[in-house]
Amino acid sequence: MISSLPFLNKTMKGNNVVLEVAPSPHIADASFATKKMMADVIIGLLPVIAMAVYMFRLYAVKQMGICLFTCLAVEAAFTRMRQRPFPLMDLSAAVTGLILGLSLPVTAPWYVGVIASVVAIGIGKVIFGGLGMNIFNPAMVGRAFVMIAFAGLMAASGYVNPVIGIDAITQATPLTAFKQMGISTPLSDLFFGLVNGSPGEISALACLIGGLYLCIRKVASWEIPAGVIAMVVILAGLSGLSGQGVVWAVGYHLFSGALLFGAFFIATDPVTSPMAPVGKFIFGAGIGFFIMVLRLFSGYPEGVMFAVLLMNAVTPLINRWTIPTVMGEK
Amino acid sequence: MADQPTPLERFINGILPENPVYRQVLGMCPTLAVTNNLKGAMTMAGAVLFVLLCANVIISLIRNLLKPHLRIVVFTLTIATFVTIVDRFLAAYMYQMSKQLGPYIPLIIVNCIIICRCEVCASKQSVFTAAADAAGQSLGYALALASIASVREIMGTGMLFGLRVLPAAWPDWVIMVLPPGAFLTLGLLMGLANYLVARHSAVEKKARG
Repeated sequence: MISSLPFLNKTMKGNNVVLEVAPSPHIADASFATKKMMADVIIGLLPVIAMAVYMFRLYAVKQMGICLFTCLAVEAAFTRMRQRPFPLMDLSAAVTGLILGLSLPVTAPWYVGVIASVVAIGIGKVIFGGLGMNIFNPAMVGRAFVMIAFAGLMAASGYVNPVIGIDAITQATPLTAFKQMGISTPLSDLFFGLVNGSPGEISALACLIGGLYLCIRKVASWEIPAGVIAMVVILAGLSGLSGQGVVWAVGYHLFSGALLFGAFFIATDPVTSPMAPVGKFIFGAGIGFFIMVLRLFSGYPEGVMFAVLLMNAVTPLINRWTIPTVMGEK
Repeated sequence: MADQPTPLERFINGILPENPVYRQVLGMCPTLAVTNNLKGAMTMAGAVLFVLLCANVIISLIRNLLKPHLRIVVFTLTIATFVTIVDRFLAAYMYQMSKQLGPYIPLIIVNCIIICRCEVCASKQSVFTAAADAAGQSLGYALALASIASVREIMGTGMLFGLRVLPAAWPDWVIMVLPPGAFLTLGLLMGLANYLVARHSAVEKKARG
């Protein structure tokens, strides 16, 4: 019986039987390696990038290029300073750069992208000890920094530029238009992305396609976007009771702003989100809650960035509550 | 008591080796709060110099009368006296500055740099040593505040001491004059200080073999 297994046959030559025993997990291929995961995120970002380039042409390319290049350069410089192995090949800095480039207004001057990238990689990541050690999502740290440093360029007015000849940029972003002037954008425009905004957030459809790809590939945990969307649907529905109707309010809050982009691409960063499935859902729901609170009650038209950063801060607490005890440990 | 530091050692220690902000990490509250421009930071450092010098001298003079269980109360009362003098002085002669510094002048009373110096040096050593210690610590404090305030004011407004040092095209990093800028600047500068100290001691170790 045993001799029918060829590898045992080999080791049973002579009298010595050698059976190799290794502890689990018995994962032979490296499909969970950082690089593959990050490459998948970039593939997931492709429809979003395509939509951004279609709407904003070279301006989107320029902004993404600046952020991508600076993030890679800063990562290389800092890791060299810390005398660590060269890390650019794991693509994580490239993902940070792309997400940052997609979340800044295309009309922002070059130094905004550069400073945001330096802060994202330097203060958001390297200071904590590099990839896997950071508390906050690096791209959002960088964006929050320039948002506060250059409020005029980054706030609602920073998105509007009537001069450069792209139709979308002549109007206010949908959330601003609604908050300040009471103008609502047609839902279909929001869904397909024919509106003004950060290049990554405009098209709900592109975010859904890319996001579902990430979830199917298990690069992003579906619990996080599910939590965000569930909470936003509930709270937007409640807010719709007093205004333009529940269905409209739900659709409007789901498809406008950076909600889907944030839910699928930003909040799902595996480093800064909780580990257990329940925790991920709580994390997502918390983000959805803060997004709606900020959208409805704060001075800012959009709250995805601050919501993600706030929930990043409580991720260790969620982990403590939700990670099941290992059998035999207690 | 034979190996107590000499006045000169006390003075030099306060400036860099035992810098109150970067090495002892004392008095963080005003360090973060008043360093968004150099003028305010220097006024604060001046106030600390006056209070620390006077308190150290008085405590040193009465050090043989101090009862151990009452010494903190005596320190606090002495410090409070001089803080009140500074506070009223600023309100009378530098009203705008007094407004800008707000509660941070009265808060010098509970600034741990001063109580620490009274406890460590003035209650044990002679008047001259205590005065040298106060001068050194205040100078170290002033240097630390100046370094943080310069970075924040230049990056945040393009100006230093209210005078423009960067071209008008400089985009003001508003975040640097806001509270987050204080934490970021202090953290990065403290990291730099630690790096320099580590390198310095590594070099010294090598030199000693």
